[in-house]
Amino acid sequence: MNVGLFIPCYVDQFYPSAAIASLELLEKYGVDVTYPMDQTCCGQPMANSGYQQFGKDSGELFLKNFGDFEYIVAPSGSCTLHVKEHLLSHDGTGPKIYELCEFLTDVLKVEEIYASFPHRVGFHSSCHGLRGLHLAKPSEIVGVDFNKPVSLLEKINDLELVTLDRKDECCGFGGTFAVFEEAISVQMGKDRLADHLSKGVEVITAADMSCLMHLEGLLKREKSPVKIMHIAEILNGNSIHS
Amino acid sequence: MVENKTHAAAAEEFLKDEARTHWHDDTLWHVRTKRDTAAQKLPEWEELRENASQIKDYVLSNLDELLVQFEKNAVANGVEVLWAKDAQEHNDHVYRILQENDVKNLVKSKSILTEECGLNHFLEDKGYDVVDTDLGERIIQFNDQVPSHIVMPAIHLKKKEIGDIFHKHLGTDAGADDPQYLTEAARIHLREKFIKANAAITGVNFGIAETGGFVVCTNEGNADMGTHLADVHIACMGIEKLIPRAADLGVFLRLLARSATGQSITNYTSHFHRPSSGKKLYLILVDNGRTEQLGREDFRNSLKCIRCGACMNTCPIYRRSSGFSYGSTVPGPIGSILSPGMDLKKHSTLPFASTLCGSCTDVCPVKINIHEQLYKWRQVITKEGDAQPAKKWSMKLAGKILGSPAWYNFMGKSARIALKFTPDSLVYAKINAWGKQRNLPEVPKESFKEWYNKNRK
Repeated sequence: MNVGLFIPCYVDQFYPSAAIASLELLEKYGVDVTYPMDQTCCGQPMANSGYQQFGKDSGELFLKNFGDFEYIVAPSGSCTLHVKEHLLSHDGTGPKIYELCEFLTDVLKVEEIYASFPHRVGFHSSCHGLRGLHLAKPSEIVGVDFNKPVSLLEKINDLELVTLDRKDECCGFGGTFAVFEEAISVQMGKDRLADHLSKGVEVITAADMSCLMHLEGLLKREKSPVKIMHIAEILNGNSIHS
Repeated sequence: MVENKTHAAAAEEFLKDEARTHWHDDTLWHVRTKRDTAAQKLPEWEELRENASQIKDYVLSNLDELLVQFEKNAVANGVEVLWAKDAQEHNDHVYRILQENDVKNLVKSKSILTEECGLNHFLEDKGYDVVDTDLGERIIQFNDQVPSHIVMPAIHLKKKEIGDIFHKHLGTDAGADDPQYLTEAARIHLREKFIKANAAITGVNFGIAETGGFVVCTNEGNADMGTHLADVHIACMGIEKLIPRAADLGVFLRLLARSATGQSITNYTSHFHRPSSGKKLYLILVDNGRTEQLGREDFRNSLKCIRCGACMNTCPIYRRSSGFSYGSTVPGPIGSILSPGMDLKKHSTLPFASTLCGSCTDVCPVKINIHEQLYKWRQVITKEGDAQPAKKWSMKLAGKILGSPAWYNFMGKSARIALKFTPDSLVYAKINAWGKQRNLPEVPKESFKEWYNKNRK
């Protein structure tokens, strides 16, 4: 199996521990992972702001870096969705991109997670992974319940997952929305945090670092002891951030 | 009403009252929860949505022929059918009908189309007293406001505020806010209006091409009360409200009320086919930009909307900024894809008032891909007259940097170093909107790429 690891730009720059955990996790399951050194960004920040044309160069660069892989794996539902919808072909040819959790559940079909995490954890369901990649059943949809990232967390020893009042409401990050609609973005983040905090979580995790970066920014401003961790770090057996 | 303000500015204003924002959010979330409970009771829910979506796709693809068929059948039933290409023609038709029939008093049940056409103000300028008979609409009419929600027009008001409005306009006891008491007062007040009315204006939820009949859904029975008592009934209908057959109606009626309020059906589902003997029935078919929207391939299926309001109740932004922050007749996610088609400049910030979370698309009973259309409107807006040059240039620059590995590596490292050594007072200066209420991430000692170079290559 020929796998290219795509690390989103802001994860590379600000959250290398999430990227390292993703790499180590895949290696643990015997995957032959390559990280193309010339990668940058998928172009989503420009495209979602209405400037798809300014993301053209990074899109072409992405294909140059990843075009020859069988699989591309990324620890981000949002970037994965953007690549899937806007960069890769839809006719079944070329590489297939997977968000990390769905790669573990659907391709590797992992049965066991060799990790322990003795903490109360809140799982934030990031929207693009949820509704775009179908990592879980959205609460609006009528049908059989499933949740791929949560199914992995449930395999971890001693991890106590809390039940939220609103299990899949948006955190308010939304890319440049976080800046151009600052007031409402912050209010949405605060409300999401209140749901987690009222359940006594020690750690909030998600399959998207961008949502967590937004929530972390609010937590730190409030000097809250609650930590954020990318799901790859918990699945990889990392201990809680100091 | 907030106009010519960006959505962000209007939202910021609303959010200043955090307690009220929470109340508004909780109130609408409660409606969303009721919708979920109602939908979950139908195992065939997703199949119903798919059916509804396909029927509406068929309607949009055959709108020309279906409209002709509808008109022919309605005329054969004794309905006088009128066409209006825009709001002005629609209002002129209504005015002429009122004049011709010597109407002195008129009542009106809920119609978002007449809001869109500005009918109330048009008629008031001509000297008519337009009485809205939907309770929520009457409340906001007293309060000189427009609806903040298409199904629950007065959802932005608290019980106590409604008590104050009624005290002022209906003479109810000062401070009284018991819903039973206030509703009773409105009922007595509206009965008088109903009895005196010579004409009743209604909207239309569904026009049926096959029969020439149409259906009006209300919870209060006010459309029926109005049309049964008055000699003239004027029904105003957007041309996209058609369905092909009476048999299709069940699909939509099962979806509409469940999506809107969580009820299994609206309290009144009234079918109109022909005027009662000695009375008149007019039907005005209104375009007002709809055929233009139909011609926009990326946006045409926004016309499938059955105005249930579910996308508003589910939208985390609508819930925290209220309908007025959109400055458009139809607010919320569906309004944000319909309104730019009517006036791109005026509504240019609406498609950006979203995180593209997609909840609107998943909740929509006719499966409109709302969040994908928001994304597409963004592309159109930035091309056709973007009012935010700073955003444009920052995005252009970001595109350049992210398009080149060398620039990306250099800028990434520079930014991390800069962030590390710049004092907080500068990092969190006013210009940094991110940092107003949020900290920036801590700067790591190296990027992943740098780590990988050392540890894996």
